[in-house]
Amino acid sequence: MIKDITAGQFFPGNSLLHRTDARFKIIILIVFLVTVLASSSTASFAAVLALTAILVALSRINVKIILRSVKPLAFILAFTAIINLFFVKGETLLWEWKFIHIYKEGIINSVMLMLRLICLVMGTSVILTYTTSPLDMTDGLERVLSPLRFIGVPVHDFSMILTIALRFIPTLVEETEKIISAQKSRGVSFDTGGLIKRVKALIPILVPLFYSAVRRALELAEAMECRLYTGGKGRTRMKVLHCTARDFIFLFLMLGICVGVFFLNGYEII
Amino acid sequence: MAFLEAHDLCFRYREDLPTVINGVSLSIEKGTFTAIIGHNGSGKSTLAKLLCGMLAPASGFVEVAGMRTDDEEREYDIRKKCGMVFQNPDNQIVASVVEEDVAFAPENLGVPSAEIRARVDEVLAAVGMTEYAKHSTYKLSGGQKQRVAIAGILAMEPECIIFDESTSMLDPSGQRDIVETMKKLNREKGITVISITHHMNEAVEADRVLVMNEGRITADGTPLQVFSQVERVLGSHLAVPQVTELMYKLGKAGKDTPTDVLHAMEAADKLEKLIRSPIPYAESDVENGAAKPDAALKLENVTVRYGAGTPFEKVALKDINVEFPKGKITGIIGHTGSGKSTLAMLLNGLLKPESGTVYLEGEDINQSKQFTNAARFKVGLVFQYPEYQLFEDTVKRDIAFGPRNMGLGDEETEERVSLAARFCGIDGDTLGMSPFEISGGQKRRAAIAGVIAMRPQVLVLDEPAAGLDPQGKEEIFRGLCGYRDGEGATMLLISHSMEDVARYSDNIVVLKEGEIFMQGTPQEIFANAEKLFSASLDVPQITRLFLELKKRAKSERCDIYTVDYAVKTLLPYVGPEVGE
Repeated sequence: MIKDITAGQFFPGNSLLHRTDARFKIIILIVFLVTVLASSSTASFAAVLALTAILVALSRINVKIILRSVKPLAFILAFTAIINLFFVKGETLLWEWKFIHIYKEGIINSVMLMLRLICLVMGTSVILTYTTSPLDMTDGLERVLSPLRFIGVPVHDFSMILTIALRFIPTLVEETEKIISAQKSRGVSFDTGGLIKRVKALIPILVPLFYSAVRRALELAEAMECRLYTGGKGRTRMKVLHCTARDFIFLFLMLGICVGVFFLNGYEII
Repeated sequence: MAFLEAHDLCFRYREDLPTVINGVSLSIEKGTFTAIIGHNGSGKSTLAKLLCGMLAPASGFVEVAGMRTDDEEREYDIRKKCGMVFQNPDNQIVASVVEEDVAFAPENLGVPSAEIRARVDEVLAAVGMTEYAKHSTYKLSGGQKQRVAIAGILAMEPECIIFDESTSMLDPSGQRDIVETMKKLNREKGITVISITHHMNEAVEADRVLVMNEGRITADGTPLQVFSQVERVLGSHLAVPQVTELMYKLGKAGKDTPTDVLHAMEAADKLEKLIRSPIPYAESDVENGAAKPDAALKLENVTVRYGAGTPFEKVALKDINVEFPKGKITGIIGHTGSGKSTLAMLLNGLLKPESGTVYLEGEDINQSKQFTNAARFKVGLVFQYPEYQLFEDTVKRDIAFGPRNMGLGDEETEERVSLAARFCGIDGDTLGMSPFEISGGQKRRAAIAGVIAMRPQVLVLDEPAAGLDPQGKEEIFRGLCGYRDGEGATMLLISHSMEDVARYSDNIVVLKEGEIFMQGTPQEIFANAEKLFSASLDVPQITRLFLELKKRAKSERCDIYTVDYAVKTLLPYVGPEVGE
């Protein structure tokens, strides 16, 4: 079912990562992503693995749930790993059959690539999406991007759109399931017939869904006006994001690790 | 001067459309609780939007606390004074977390952060949602969402709140919560409440009731004054409380009964004096076909679990055994989450049970994919708010969608569409219109016709009348009963409304927490009121009256569940005749 998707979900908690300021988390995440992508030697990569493991532990979220976020990527992971395994050429030939050559470097490379992708997904989940409430996240994003205001980017509108989108995803998912059930009850079949027939079978789902989304949007706009929304000007926030010394320490640590990883790029352990 | 004054309001949505509001003048005092009732399309929601300045009148004017709503400079101040809670709980919540949503209005007002925090805590306490402050908004029940919406309005500290059919999408317990909240805000915080509704049991709670019909106010007074004019209320396509209807019907049958009653208790007080001798115990004389018909559908040891193996696992149905007799209407009642909707989805194979078997005419519905697909046409399923599934460019094509999926020819399809349209009271003009431009009641009927057109042997209806006014409800049920009688179809009626279930069902199944809690004829079920109360379910108001009469030794029967049956039972024992 569509409901099983966990990516982009927030798991409330009180861990160090939950308590870190959203603005800092966004910057920390960028540093983390740079670190993961920059590591090229086995030594630096080992450090990245350790870093990801520490972050996962810090989030105090059930490892099973975090692993589930990787599941949808399983196919891509396997595919890229196999491609790398077969096509990366190296010096140490391990196995050979007709046109297939497998090198030691190929194995290392494909394992690293797979782990790197897993690190990217799990790191993003635990640093940001799983541990930050959607409102904090959009709020943080608005603040981080706010300098762009001066070049005419409507940062507030952008973040309001994001807030509302996040709020309505579960509602629309539920509605889609309901419409699918209802049209199935009227004899629509989604799994028989050729491509054209299958695409046509989507019309009875999409038309009511769009109609309802527009209706919801109009009603929401009315309700927002009733609650005195006039855009970003003069708005205050209930939750003031305040950064503490801890946030700075966290950020500097992350920057330090990043530099360290660049340094380790010169060493190999295998 | 009154808090809110309207002078000779007229309004139409477009030049080429008929007038919706036709010369309405009224004044509402500060701190009062007013209900505006009227059938769908009577103009009550439009009036509400005019009163708080969301729409501007074509002629006439509205003053809120001395400010005219057509003065654009005061628009913001008026909105601040006069908040509005809408019908659909989902479409007025902005944020994903309860407290963040409640903070929305004061944030827009530019209130300092610390004060917003204080306001949010205060209003969440006022609506009894403090413990949900950090919860996800979308996981709340309808009633809870509506309370969050109220808190969101309260947080801007308005003097008046208008509720635009805010309870019509809620289950009975959600409805009760909201009405209680309205009363509490009115009494304790002195907030002026205007409630637009077509639930008579809510209007009864107000200080004053206004009846709208065809854009005019046709009655104005205390609930007692308004509802005792039974004929006028019925003439406005509305209903009166069951006990009021009872007294009115007794009067029509020649008894000298007063109609100024609203609650079961008041009716019991009046009837106590009028009943000459106690109504004796009698065996049920409701005809109840002695031979039990075969089961159209049968569930055997059915269990359904959602999210098996995850921490969110939930048992929806627990080892259910139940039969639905052929050609009868079975009512299914129970709380939200008692498994009613899950049950419905099992009956046409949308959902497969985890264990156990569903039999359609004695055959396992899930025996093969072909059989399940065929069963979809034999068991028609009408979901809640089915009008949200309309999609074709004309009503006619939408109704024909099911028959065409069955692979029927043009002629046969045509025939079925006109048959279904006739049952559902859809005329030729409407058939040619777009399903998106007809009224709410018509949409509902078109959607039901779309299922009936498949000529199912079994019709499963999930809250077919939800959100409709009394007349719309009547029309839907007339069509459904017509189909049942004409085609000999079996019907399952899933509903929260005890009155509807009591009135239309031959049998009733009560679900509680995924298990069958009670089953039997309506008489057997409602005679067991204590057991229903223990599951915090209700009985029809008329049954409450008889329970009260039994307590006062004026009746040995308390298995009375419809108004007409009550009239028949009471007639021989009530005096005096008119003129006696």
